[in-house]
Amino acid sequence: MENHILKANKIVKQYGDYFALNNVDLSIPRGSVFGLLGPNGAGKTTLMRIINQIIAADSGEVLFNGSPLNRKHISQIGYLPEERGLYKKMKVGEQSLYLAQLKGMNRFEATNKLKYWFEKLEIQSWWNKRIEELSKGMAQKVQFAVTVIHNPDLLIFDEPFSGFDPVNTALIRNEILKLKKQGTSIIFSTHRMESVEEICDEISLINNGETLLQGEIINIKNNFRNNIFSIEMKTEIDNLSEKFTILNKKENILEIKIQEGSNSKELINELLQKSDIISFNEKIPSLEDIFIKTVSGE
Amino acid sequence: MTILGPILIAALFIVPTYLSMQGLETQQIVVSEKGNFFSEKLEDNELVQFSKIPEMEIERLKKNFGSSPYYALLIISDSNSQNRFTIYSAQHISLSVKNNIESQISKINERKKLEEADIDIEILNSLFSEIEIMSVIIDEQGDESKGSSEMSSAIGFITAFLIYLFIFMYGSMVMRGVIEEKTSRIVEVIISSVRPFQLMMGKIVGVALVGLTQFVLWILLTYSIASLFEVVFMNSNNQSEIITGILSSVGQINLSSIVISFLFYFIGGYLLYSSLFAAIGSAVDTESDTQQFVLPITIPLILSLVMIEPIMNNPDGTLAIWLSIIPFSSPIIMMVRLPFGGVENWEIIISATVLICTFLSTTYIASKIYRVGILMYGKKSSFKELIKWISYKD
Repeated sequence: MENHILKANKIVKQYGDYFALNNVDLSIPRGSVFGLLGPNGAGKTTLMRIINQIIAADSGEVLFNGSPLNRKHISQIGYLPEERGLYKKMKVGEQSLYLAQLKGMNRFEATNKLKYWFEKLEIQSWWNKRIEELSKGMAQKVQFAVTVIHNPDLLIFDEPFSGFDPVNTALIRNEILKLKKQGTSIIFSTHRMESVEEICDEISLINNGETLLQGEIINIKNNFRNNIFSIEMKTEIDNLSEKFTILNKKENILEIKIQEGSNSKELINELLQKSDIISFNEKIPSLEDIFIKTVSGE
Repeated sequence: MTILGPILIAALFIVPTYLSMQGLETQQIVVSEKGNFFSEKLEDNELVQFSKIPEMEIERLKKNFGSSPYYALLIISDSNSQNRFTIYSAQHISLSVKNNIESQISKINERKKLEEADIDIEILNSLFSEIEIMSVIIDEQGDESKGSSEMSSAIGFITAFLIYLFIFMYGSMVMRGVIEEKTSRIVEVIISSVRPFQLMMGKIVGVALVGLTQFVLWILLTYSIASLFEVVFMNSNNQSEIITGILSSVGQINLSSIVISFLFYFIGGYLLYSSLFAAIGSAVDTESDTQQFVLPITIPLILSLVMIEPIMNNPDGTLAIWLSIIPFSSPIIMMVRLPFGGVENWEIIISATVLICTFLSTTYIASKIYRVGILMYGKKSSFKELIKWISYKD
């Protein structure tokens, strides 16, 4: 069995002279949560639309479960677009049933599944209301339910957390993790780096239609490690040997860079001789820092 | 609106008629005349009742007219050559009263002059009988059957107008639906499950069914309300008076072929225009932006409506033939021509074929525009832009 549920190779999409996607590759391991990152206009939505067969790539191929993308795959993929909407005047229950049936479910299954998901998301009392009566957060919960209801193997979310308050964000995040546990593969795009660090296994950073970074978060972060440590001492320390550069000092709290040739063990030893250590942490750059650095650095 | 529509339209006719019947009041007209020539011939009726007063009382009456029981005072002055009639009243008398009195007096005057000229009334009446020409149609077999230009015109006009109305109303409904799906952003969700073409055709067919249902309901409801009204208010015992009246004068006109053609042109015309409407809807973001596109598309439609009357006067002329073949006007114009019976078989075949080919093409082109347009926001499109979209890779 193919261990990548989705593989996109050398995808190109042009609009006149403008390249929305320029030889972009993507590999989504089965059962992982994959973050698709990038600034606005990077090409993320275009890529997602290609995967969902809403538009076609000019060249390149997309393989789903090892075979080229075709119409049968639609019922195995769930898509929550960024600009999401529902028919304002239709009732919630009726509309959700319709959308679920579009994905190939029969009415009976769909009704049961929907009731299950509505309860999970605490929106069961909204079944007979019209969409226009719901608040934005409620409507988005409905949309989330409709997206996942047909049990797709691959879920694609474009900015799933935008518009949610922290409570609902946590709710959705937990549902995503639960889905992952059940074996669903998930791709989502977002600007919210905290969410990415919390739930993604792998990421890909895209800008101007090109892939800048791709891989497991741990590895990427490792690549950006620069041996900077954040230390809180019991008393103030003024200087250290040349092996260690003090980048920042605020009373007892220091930011120290270990130069080439030395390591954290040596640093700890030197510090212990001068005072007690209250806390000692490596400052591993956050994804946000990496994002900004990579995007602006090019 | 489906139920309310016919009720409102029926009410529009029924209520004024009913109210006017209720509002009839008989007015008292007092007449003063030297002599009796006119006053003895004036007849009372529903509107007016006449009574006479002697001449000497006129001045007193005029001074106190408001408090008198009379509606108006008619003074017929004494003059054999030029009788003068004057009506005095507190307020302006109603037109119907005035007309009633005037026509009565005119008739009396006419008869007097005829008598003076020694003409017998009976002979006069027989002169003025209405002549009606009976029209008979001779078909290929030499059989004769009753014809009726009035009926042909009526059927032609009504069917053509219905098609025009339907195309316009329901075509716009398709367009509005497309725009709504764009603005509510649900289109992207749906497009991830179905092809744009399926969505577009689904909408076109769906609206057509809604339209047909509404239309049928309207016709049924209007007919039943009208017959109900007839029975209740006009004391008519025969409920289907309208239908029997119509059927007898239809005669030669081949109703079944008219009905079949109506359905065909109804559907063909609708499919052609509604696909264009769908394409327009996909190209804009709001309904107000549609104007620049809708006008050119609907000009042929409006022109066809305008041409109905001239075509009725010359149903088989060159203009009529051309307009009934060009697919943008044929649904309307062909329906105008058909009841007159002058349409050759080859004309129908060509017209139908062209219509079918055209609506297939417009649907194809429209779907190309539609699939690009529904995901495109914020761009101010023009016709040129839309044409570019046709060639975008699928």
